[in-house]
Amino acid sequence: MTRCFCVSAQDNVATLLDDAVPGEIAILGERDGIVVSGERIRLGHKVALEDIARGKAVAKFGVPIGRATADIPKGAWVHLHNCASFLDERSQSLDTQTGATTDTVYE
Amino acid sequence: MNERRTHPGTVPHGTSGNGHLSWGSQGTGWSGYSTAMPDVTWQGYLRPDGRKGVRNLVLVVYTVECARFVAEGIAQGEEDVHVVGFPGCYDNQYAVRLMLALARHPNVGAVLAVGLGCEYTRPDRIAAVASESGRPSDWFMIQEAGGTRAGIAQGKRTIQSMREQIQAETPRVDMELSDLVVGCECGGSDGTSGLAGNPVAGGFFDRLVDAGGTAVFEETVEMIGLRQVMLDRAANSRAQRQIAAAYDKAERYCQEVRQYSVSPGNFAGGLTTIEEKSMGAFAKSGTRPIQGVIKVAEQPPRPGLWLLDSVPDAHFMQFGYTNPNDTEGIMDLIAAGAQIVVFVTGRGSVIGSPIAPLIKVTGNSQTFQRMEEDMDFDAGRVLSGAVTLHEASHELEELVVSVAAGQRSKPEALGHREYFLMYKHQDTPSLEEGCRA
Repeated sequence: MTRCFCVSAQDNVATLLDDAVPGEIAILGERDGIVVSGERIRLGHKVALEDIARGKAVAKFGVPIGRATADIPKGAWVHLHNCASFLDERSQSLDTQTGATTDTVYE
Repeated sequence: MNERRTHPGTVPHGTSGNGHLSWGSQGTGWSGYSTAMPDVTWQGYLRPDGRKGVRNLVLVVYTVECARFVAEGIAQGEEDVHVVGFPGCYDNQYAVRLMLALARHPNVGAVLAVGLGCEYTRPDRIAAVASESGRPSDWFMIQEAGGTRAGIAQGKRTIQSMREQIQAETPRVDMELSDLVVGCECGGSDGTSGLAGNPVAGGFFDRLVDAGGTAVFEETVEMIGLRQVMLDRAANSRAQRQIAAAYDKAERYCQEVRQYSVSPGNFAGGLTTIEEKSMGAFAKSGTRPIQGVIKVAEQPPRPGLWLLDSVPDAHFMQFGYTNPNDTEGIMDLIAAGAQIVVFVTGRGSVIGSPIAPLIKVTGNSQTFQRMEEDMDFDAGRVLSGAVTLHEASHELEELVVSVAAGQRSKPEALGHREYFLMYKHQDTPSLEEGCRA
C-alpha cells in the first residue's frame, strides 16, 4: 500500500512517501490508520487527513503552515491550488504542478 | 540490529583513522540510555586559549584574489594544509573578522598569510593576531618574494617548518562531547529533509547539548513564518529579544528583496509554503532552548544551542545579499568555532569544507544510494521504518565522534575544500557576554 507520514498528532495533513494513485494510503508516524484518496498525489506532496474548511489553518509539524483557500475534503491533495502562505504572496501565481513561475515576462 | 549497524550509512565502532577512540566503561556502544551520558573520549589538540581541535592544520590565508593562485600552490600536495582568503582588493570589516576567527579556529595550529602587495587587507595584521593567540605564524608579499614560483617555494618552506613544529609541540588532550562545537546547515532540500534529515540532525543536537556540548545553526531566512515558534524556544528573556530582532530583520530582508527562500523545485517536490519549508529547516535545531543569537565570527560564549545570524545588517548599500550558496553558510558556522559541521541535503551535494570536516546527511535513501561516495549518513531509514529517529540520532552522534577522533568524513577523504567569502556588512557585534574570536 502507498504510504504517507504524519509528523505531529496535531497535523491535519501528511506527506506522501510514495506516489499515490486513487485508493487507500497507510498513515505512518504520529497518527495511524488509512486515508482514502480520490486523486493522484506525488511523493513529497501532502494529503488531507481530515476535512479542512476554507480559511482554516493547514497544520504540519504541529504548527500552521498556511491557510486553506478552499474547502479541502479528507483525502484531497493539499498544495498551491487550495493552500496559501500567510506571508509569501507570489507563490500563489506559480504553476500548481511544476512550481514554475508564470508572472515573469519573457517577451 | 546487526544489519543496521553495518548499513553503509553508518560507521561501526573501531574504524577510526589516525585518532585514538575509546568507549569508556560502556564497552561496545551506548545503547540503553535515552539522554546522552558521554562516557566516550578521544584525543584532540589543545590550543593556547584552552579550546580543543579535532585536526591539527596549517592555514594559508590569501588577502586578495591576486594572491590565491600562489596560496593554493603552497598548499598543493601538502598534508594538513588548508587555504582560505578574501577575493576583494578593497577590504571589508566583516570579512576580516571572519578570517581572524578562522585563523584562531581550534582545528588550526599555525597560520601563513600571503598578500600580493598592493591590496587593502593586511596579511601582516592577520599573522600578528594569530601570533598573539600563541600560534606559529608568518606572512609575506608575493611582489617582494619575487613572483609565482619564488612565492610558492618560500611559502612551502614556511608551512613545512610550521607543520613539523605543531606536530611536535601541540599538546594532545582528552576530548569529549562537551568539548565540541558542531554546526548544522541544510541545502538542496527536498520533501525528506524536513521529515528525516533535519529531525535526525536535530535529535543529534539535543544529545550534544544534553552532554554539555555546543550546537550552532543558522539560516534565519529559512525560518520565516516561525516567529512565535522560535520565541517559545528562547532560554531566557534576553535570548528572546535577540531572536525577535534576528527574525524581524530576516523577514524585513525577504520583504525588501521580495524573495522568500523557497524555489520552484521545492514547490514541485511538494512544499506548498515558505512556512512549511521553514519548519522543515528549523527541525535541525532540535528541541532544546536557544541560548541566544551570535553574529558571524562571534564564538558562542557558553555551551548549549545557539542561533547564528548571517543576514546582513542594513547599511549604506541597503542589505546587500545574504549567503548566496551553502558554502558561505558552512564557513560562517566554522567561523563560530565549529570543529565539525553536519550538512543535511535531501537531493545530494558534492561539497566539502576547509578547516572543519563536513559530514553529509541525507533523508532520502535514493540519494544516498545514488551518491554513496559523497554522502556520509542515510537518515532516510527513519522513513522506511528501519530505524527510529532516536536510533538514527544516536548513530549520527557515533559518526560525529568517529570523525572527531580522526576518521575522515566522505568529503574530507575526497579532498573537497570548497570555500566562499564575499563582501557583507554586519554591525559590530554587541553580544553582552560574548567573546569575539
